[in-house]
Amino acid sequence: MAIDISQFYPVFFEEAKEHLAEMEQLLVKLIVDAPDYDQLNAIFRAAHSIKGGSATFGFDDMASVTHVLENLLDKLRKKEMVLQTNMIDVFLQATDVLKEQLNCYIGGTVADPAPAQALSLELLALTQTKSAQISTPKTDESFGFFDDAIAPEAPDDDFGFFDSNDTKEADDDFGLFEPIEPEVAKKNITKTVKTTKALKTKKTPAPLIAAQPAAPLILERRSTERVDAESTTIRVDVDKVDKLINLVGELVITEAMLTQSLINAPPALLQALSSSLAQLQRNTRDLQEGVMSIRMMPISFVFSRFPRMVRDLTQKLKKEVELITIGEDTELDKGLIERIADPLTHLIRNSLDHGIELPAARIKAGKPAKGNITLSASHQGGGIIIEVSDDGAGLNRQGILSKAIERGLPASNEMTDAEVWDLIFAPGFSTAEVVTDLSGRGVGMDVVKRNISEMGGEVSIDSQAGIGSKITIRLPLTLAILEGMSVSLGQNLYVIPLNLILETMQPKPEELKTVTGEGALVQVHGEYIPIIALHSLFNMPTEVTNPCDGILVLIEAQGKKAALFVDALVGQQQVVIKSIETNFRKVLGVSGATIMGDGSVALIIDVPAIIKLGQKNNLSSISRREAA
Amino acid sequence: MIASHKSTENVAAEETLQEYLTFILGDEEYGIEILKVQEIRGYDAVTRIANTPDFIKGVINLRGHIVPIIDLRIKFKLGKIDYDEFTVVIILNIGNRVVGIVVDGVSDVLTLNASQIRPVPDLVSDIDNKYLLGLGTVGDRMLILVDIERLMSSQDMALVDAVNESVT
Repeated sequence: MAIDISQFYPVFFEEAKEHLAEMEQLLVKLIVDAPDYDQLNAIFRAAHSIKGGSATFGFDDMASVTHVLENLLDKLRKKEMVLQTNMIDVFLQATDVLKEQLNCYIGGTVADPAPAQALSLELLALTQTKSAQISTPKTDESFGFFDDAIAPEAPDDDFGFFDSNDTKEADDDFGLFEPIEPEVAKKNITKTVKTTKALKTKKTPAPLIAAQPAAPLILERRSTERVDAESTTIRVDVDKVDKLINLVGELVITEAMLTQSLINAPPALLQALSSSLAQLQRNTRDLQEGVMSIRMMPISFVFSRFPRMVRDLTQKLKKEVELITIGEDTELDKGLIERIADPLTHLIRNSLDHGIELPAARIKAGKPAKGNITLSASHQGGGIIIEVSDDGAGLNRQGILSKAIERGLPASNEMTDAEVWDLIFAPGFSTAEVVTDLSGRGVGMDVVKRNISEMGGEVSIDSQAGIGSKITIRLPLTLAILEGMSVSLGQNLYVIPLNLILETMQPKPEELKTVTGEGALVQVHGEYIPIIALHSLFNMPTEVTNPCDGILVLIEAQGKKAALFVDALVGQQQVVIKSIETNFRKVLGVSGATIMGDGSVALIIDVPAIIKLGQKNNLSSISRREAA
Repeated sequence: MIASHKSTENVAAEETLQEYLTFILGDEEYGIEILKVQEIRGYDAVTRIANTPDFIKGVINLRGHIVPIIDLRIKFKLGKIDYDEFTVVIILNIGNRVVGIVVDGVSDVLTLNASQIRPVPDLVSDIDNKYLLGLGTVGDRMLILVDIERLMSSQDMALVDAVNESVT
């Protein structure tokens, strides 16, 4: 019986993606002058695995690219050839081509063969020309000896200079002068021609070399960790994990129901059961925590893609930038990891493009030519904080203000700095045309903000002219759990996300105002805020129809405030978010549902949608009245 | 009319024996393919959803899943609408969705062969003919065989987004 080989495709795709990512990370941190042969071997192995897999599955174009790639890598790792900067560039291009081919196969199409062919030729050319240079057995010998000496397990003092661990020191020397150790000198004699050539190529793309030290800084620790991690991990379908999370959620609810029903039990029974019940409670909580942690992944999964990006961009922009990452072990939910990547890419790109000045301008301003971008992640309370900071020029207050006014946004000179910085998140502010270094920062910042608030997070900016800017993102740890305030309306319970609640209040009659007798407002701290009556919006019967008898929950989303009028507050609690759309359709004004302690379902209010709906509702009730 | 709406599924049904779960709505007896039925349970408190048609009673918690409940008696204007300990909910598994329907009662599981299924004459009812597989005859009883999957994914039921409708 023939085996349907296509059933193994997903596994190959997944593995190939990982291999490619690994290759890219290793390539970026590879140091041209003193390549770490463990790293070269790892790159070779990754390429080899992709080749094997793609050949098995009949992805011949991938197999042929990896084949030439592997040949060149093999020569390098066997020390038959010397690594060159341009080789790394070609290798990186190769990972791009392979990625494209892989993506096409995933999408069920075949990639354009042209780039792959061009690349293969380039790789082939590199393989042939260089191999001729070091073919004499003499050089081979001395070369081999030399390399054994700098093998990672021999950290002599001389080579600390070159050791990839000591990047801070090493970076100053990169490409600027060759080492003077006797062994190296010997090497230099045998390949003088090539060294000078290499020096030339190394000198011209200055930012490229500058970018390199950043990579080892980040990746050094990870790669050692990964070695231990590899042997103890298993690949599990996310669906299985989610099912487990669901089941444990159920268990927690069942446990709560059990506790609830035992309150009325006879005292003798209660006493007998209470200690075991407490035990059960503890165990279920621990279990829930444990299962939740399966979905957690270190943020390095996102951070690791940036060294490559920074390397490419610095090269293009002729800037010198060092990317420093801190706290890449910080864990957060897999779902969030996937969604935070785009906003972060945008922010780092912005910092590179508009934040960090050109080297000449930096020196003029009394700063080192090389700028720093720091990407950090840390846990704080029940959330995670991600910061992107740079030591660039900072935001230009005047520039932002004049642009905001030009675009018809509410702006004035009296605004505080924080308010001015907030302007760049305004939808109207963004523009594709980058006028100057300072004013171009609004490109798509509103999208960044929207993406982050969709994840239940918030973003803020801190900036000082000439010193730099810092963008802080606060995110919940997971998408699966929400800190919410439950409120009652008639027979039903609703949950409002706590991070969108400003305050709750019971209004006095004199604080309630009306406009044209209809649209109701409440006066809070001197501000007039429209009241949205949830019962009329949702058409739910309730006995509380006067805001003074109920509760107003002040909510804010996308810069708009509203007072949601509900019957009463019930309590604050963490709820597990369940999708309504799995079995039903999208419900306007509701972002999901959750299961309460008694097993009943409560709906989670979609605050931005409610504010929008509320406005429409008020308008339509006014127009209805006018029509009548 | 009917022939044009026959899906491949129906053709298969004509050739082989098919099992149907029968239930009561008012005085009428209906049948749905047993394979679409996940379970049968009592009627619990449902959570109402704003601005939905009255036959959508709301959602329930079915072992951690949020499942919408539809009262077919309201939808087809049949039977007495009251909810007591005898009210039955049939949980259906159609496509990738789980949906509950409220009926007056579940009677039994019957096996019908093709010769027992008659075409539906053109008539006016609350169910469009295209949602009917045919009329089953078992002795004196007439079973109205419903293509429950098609019915539940129809726009009428307001269970799916309007955009999804064109795809399904």
